[in-house]
Amino acid sequence: MEYMLQIDHVTKTFNPGTVNEKTALRNVTLNLKRGDFATIVGSNGAGKSTLFNAITGAFFTDSGRICLDGEDITFKKEHLRSRDIGHLFQDPLMGTAPHMTIEENMSLAYLKASYHRKSLFSSITKKDKAFFRGKLAQLHMGLEDRMDNPVGLLSGGQRQALTLVMATMVTPKILLLDEHTAALDPATAEKVLDLTKRVVAENHLTCLMVTHNMHQALDVGNRTLMMYNGTIILDKEGEERAHMTVDDLLEQFSIQAGKELDNDRILLSGKVER
Amino acid sequence: MLQFFTGTQFTTSMELGLLYGLVALALYISFGLLKIADLSTDGCFTLGCAVGASMTVAGHPFLALPAAMAAGIVSGYVTAFLQTRLGVESILAGIIVNTGLYTINFLAMGSSSNLNIFGSDTIFSLAKGVSSAGWYRKLFTLLILLCIVLVICFILHWFLNTTLGLSIRATGDNENMVRASSVNPAFTITVGLCISSSLTALSGALLAQYQKSCDINFGTGQVTIALASLMIGETLVRRGSIFKRTIGVILGSCLYRLIVAIAMKFNMPAEFLKLASALIVTAAIVIPYMREKAAFYRRRMGRGNLTGK
Repeated sequence: MEYMLQIDHVTKTFNPGTVNEKTALRNVTLNLKRGDFATIVGSNGAGKSTLFNAITGAFFTDSGRICLDGEDITFKKEHLRSRDIGHLFQDPLMGTAPHMTIEENMSLAYLKASYHRKSLFSSITKKDKAFFRGKLAQLHMGLEDRMDNPVGLLSGGQRQALTLVMATMVTPKILLLDEHTAALDPATAEKVLDLTKRVVAENHLTCLMVTHNMHQALDVGNRTLMMYNGTIILDKEGEERAHMTVDDLLEQFSIQAGKELDNDRILLSGKVER
Repeated sequence: MLQFFTGTQFTTSMELGLLYGLVALALYISFGLLKIADLSTDGCFTLGCAVGASMTVAGHPFLALPAAMAAGIVSGYVTAFLQTRLGVESILAGIIVNTGLYTINFLAMGSSSNLNIFGSDTIFSLAKGVSSAGWYRKLFTLLILLCIVLVICFILHWFLNTTLGLSIRATGDNENMVRASSVNPAFTITVGLCISSSLTALSGALLAQYQKSCDINFGTGQVTIALASLMIGETLVRRGSIFKRTIGVILGSCLYRLIVAIAMKFNMPAEFLKLASALIVTAAIVIPYMREKAAFYRRRMGRGNLTGK
């Protein structure tokens, strides 16, 4: 199987038949090869997060098919899909349980590793602890010495780094990053992004990353996608992508998206400076 | 202040504290961990009481306890099923089950609103015969209850540290994260409510044997009393292992009963108890909130002084 993720003519409309009707995904088709690391740009409401939620199964799509690693997951339940999917959000608070310790959080994430129900009655072993410690030590944040601390005491950057470790501890088939560095300060964001690149490279992960930073969109990964109004309007990789500049990207956006650019151009280029 | 408090009265409040402490433990799971206000508690307590009493009358004092727990599990399962599979609001699910249980309890007592089990063997009456030593006669009830409660605390400590237990604890903390860990929150909520309801029912069954009677209204207000105990307990033990916290909850329940006993000493009519427990719950919730507010005002006033310098 060449493709890790196949999204085939997927459409999703929220609140159909009401005044709030909103078609968030229009006939989206996207194929990701094994080891592809694609970045996605697009203005607010373009459908980036909806695309991610369609993949994770937060809702079922109206039409089309989603396949992960050759398996049709279109109607698979969310908690069953999550075994194969790592998902990070912009909000660092989303991925961890604040009142539980680092160790307890990690051991929950590690549940994905075991397919057997009997492990539900196992407690955290010394071996698990050593394994968690090793994973945390790689972050160089000193978290390995605070494994008994409630996660609520950690900073946003630390929590996001921990979430990344938890999402990739059991190698996922696909890693979805939804602006996962946007809420962090520039230095921490840089650190978490470097960490992300390293983790993705080390585990040969297939990855989709939403970003509002045009430089990141072209620098990180091997493929750049642009979404507009529920469709993918641009898809560049290889040579073509290598020669692209931020201005080209914005230019492309204006050609493809047409009139509403002015607002978006301000929005998008505003995020370029860092 | 405790001079007029006799040893027997103290022992009795401790016994009641341990006995009702199980309901507080149940609420620790449903309200404290799962963050679900399970209003079926009142009916479930009576259910345990009714099933326990019926079984005891039938001559099975020991079997009465697991039977009551099983009935509690069924009740908890129905409450959970309504909210996780049929989309009923969790509060409403509890109220619905609570209402339905009234009839079930009535039937469980043989279509009667009360049941006397005087003359039947209970776990307490059976244990009484073990020794005739004076101290034993005074303390055996307390000892039995203490053993039961300690065993339950130990089991909970073990269970809530297994991966399933961790998932239950995480469900109230961050449901999203539970789902991301490939566990279905509907499943953790169901298991949590079943365990919590089984403890409530066990408490009811123990009360039936302790009081040698069962009444359809025994459960009324249990949820508020248990909540008061839980709040006191959480103030006593804020941090630490699950075992410490469960012990804290039990201590909270004992302290509550002590407060009630003291209030009775001041000739407070028994009917006033429910109002008193309502006030305690309110105070337990309001005081930490007001403390935060007070800190804010202090700080604001303090800042005024700083700028004045």
